[in-house]
Amino acid sequence: MKGSPKAHEMIWLYRTMCRIRAFETKVQELFAANMIPGFVHLSIGEEAVAAGVSSVLRPDDYITSTHRGHGHVLAKGAEPRRMMAELFGKRTGYCKGKGGSMHIADFGVGVLGANGVVAGGFPIAVGAGLSCKLRGTDQVVVCYFGDGASNRGPVHEAMNMASIWKLPVLFVCENNQYASTTAMSYSTSVERIALRAAGYSMPGLTVDGNDVLAVREAAAQAVARARAGGGPTLLEALTYRLRGHFEGDPQRYRKREEVEEAMGRDPISRLASTLRKKKLLPEDLEKSIRKEVQEEIQEAVRFAQESPYPEPEEALEDLYAGDVAQAARGGLA
Amino acid sequence: MSDRELTNTEAMAEALREEMTRDPSVFIVGEDLVAHGGIFGQFKGLPEAFPGRVIDTPISETCIAGAGLGAALTGMRPFVDLHFADFTTTAMDEIANQAAKIRYMFGGQVKVPLVIWAPDGAGLSAAAHHSQSLEAWFVHTPGLKVVSPCLPYDVKGLIKTAIRDDDPVVFFMHKKIFGRKGPVPEQEYLIPLGQADLKLEGSDLTVITYSIMVLHALEAAQELSREGISVEVLDLRTLWPLDWEAIQRSVSKTHRVVVAHEACLTAGLGAEIAARIQEELFDELDAPVVRVGAKRVPHPFSPPLEKFVIPGPHSIIEAVSKLLGKQI
Repeated sequence: MKGSPKAHEMIWLYRTMCRIRAFETKVQELFAANMIPGFVHLSIGEEAVAAGVSSVLRPDDYITSTHRGHGHVLAKGAEPRRMMAELFGKRTGYCKGKGGSMHIADFGVGVLGANGVVAGGFPIAVGAGLSCKLRGTDQVVVCYFGDGASNRGPVHEAMNMASIWKLPVLFVCENNQYASTTAMSYSTSVERIALRAAGYSMPGLTVDGNDVLAVREAAAQAVARARAGGGPTLLEALTYRLRGHFEGDPQRYRKREEVEEAMGRDPISRLASTLRKKKLLPEDLEKSIRKEVQEEIQEAVRFAQESPYPEPEEALEDLYAGDVAQAARGGLA
Repeated sequence: MSDRELTNTEAMAEALREEMTRDPSVFIVGEDLVAHGGIFGQFKGLPEAFPGRVIDTPISETCIAGAGLGAALTGMRPFVDLHFADFTTTAMDEIANQAAKIRYMFGGQVKVPLVIWAPDGAGLSAAAHHSQSLEAWFVHTPGLKVVSPCLPYDVKGLIKTAIRDDDPVVFFMHKKIFGRKGPVPEQEYLIPLGQADLKLEGSDLTVITYSIMVLHALEAAQELSREGISVEVLDLRTLWPLDWEAIQRSVSKTHRVVVAHEACLTAGLGAEIAARIQEELFDELDAPVVRVGAKRVPHPFSPPLEKFVIPGPHSIIEAVSKLLGKQI
């Protein structure tokens, strides 16, 4: 994975970012049109982190994700149609309508779950890393988190534990500058989250998180290190959340100019321009990628819309794996 | 039943040894395990017998419980030692919010073969941070199974089953009963989760209970038998799934019920059981259900204070006296 990515790998990065953007832009529209219930947290503007990191992962590697996880999950290989169906609350969704946007998992492609609790993925990622070590595999675990999560206790327990056991875990901080509505400059004791790696004797790197090639390169090194038994790395990707914390967020905590300025650093346009310079993205290819992606997302929406809602009684299913009848015998499941 | 007697600690170690031999995906993780063999000696011999599979951790209960979950999701069967039931408070997100819910909120995609084991209970002047019985919190949490046996036979059979179970099991053992001996057969056996055990047959009333209160109930029953009162003692062993059929059988036989636990009385498991008996078996009852539990204060340190707060055999006798409407 080391060295400059090949042409097809760069196109994969571009396509993956476009897919995430298209998925979330569509979700934004559908949510505004009242077609998706609940809360929605979009990662528009942060796509380079998920794409760059996932580009160096294998299908059997694991990730833990966050409440802002559509991108992580898509980039790891989840199907947009089952994700969209889940967002609609349909039976054909990844979680049969029991999870929604914040709880998408696809164990078939190593997605151990998005998480509604900020920093909730850390201990799980450490456990998955321990499991890889105990089973003697060379799988790697990526734990995505935000700058806000970095101030929670489990982060520190997890980094310490991953370090002492040299677990194959890559902690990826998607630093989008705001913990919900609170600026990192106010909430965080360090200027760079990556500095905290020193407290746990692991490498800590900060990269431009809107430069997908930089993210990819740093992730490739960290993943190679983890796979070879060298232990965890903390990778901080500096990026920016172009939408609110949640859809509908009045965003009183930042100025419009700040967001507009950040739009100029859009990671997708940036890669497109690099690719054009390298003559890797001729106009017809760019058009066909955008068309394919749009069609895929349209198809996902159609699938979600046409899928049935679960029957109300299905709310009582899937609680226990074992002897369900026995578990239910205790009373109402 | 065999003549062989083991302590609860020995029964537990034997269960773990058998399961670790049987299944290489079983491992133990927690604090003070390897050099010390667990703070109650419950893992003695296992670190040597299974190198690398009994894993010492830093003092990081949040991450210990959560790492158990992460390992359970990826092909292992972790047995997590949380040191004291009180410390589940520092791992509550991992237990109640993550482990309990992951299978459900992900639509049944995954199994969670995880045991969270912790000693609970008072009576050792361990004060407010090392004495609680918190089982009701976990019974209240959908997705968990909860076990709390008191005799070595049950401890061994239930630990083996809990390890083989594909759902998260929170397993409590009262810290005053680790040295308690009892018969344990040499040959292998399992006890299904959700199966209560009649520890004593009687005809006048039933004490529905679990953990150390089973022993207190048996002691009280002996005293009450001298008064001509015949007490049935039903040991729930598993608190969820609850063996409702066994409760129904016994209530329909004796028509009078005491529900007893060492945990705080208010909103304890006894409240749930009493409510359900009154909802579903009202016509069987000859008297209102009487509950026994601790007073609603944190556990005090000084022996006379602690003794006053937690229930013992005398509390069951008082409850029976109230139930039968006569001075004993």
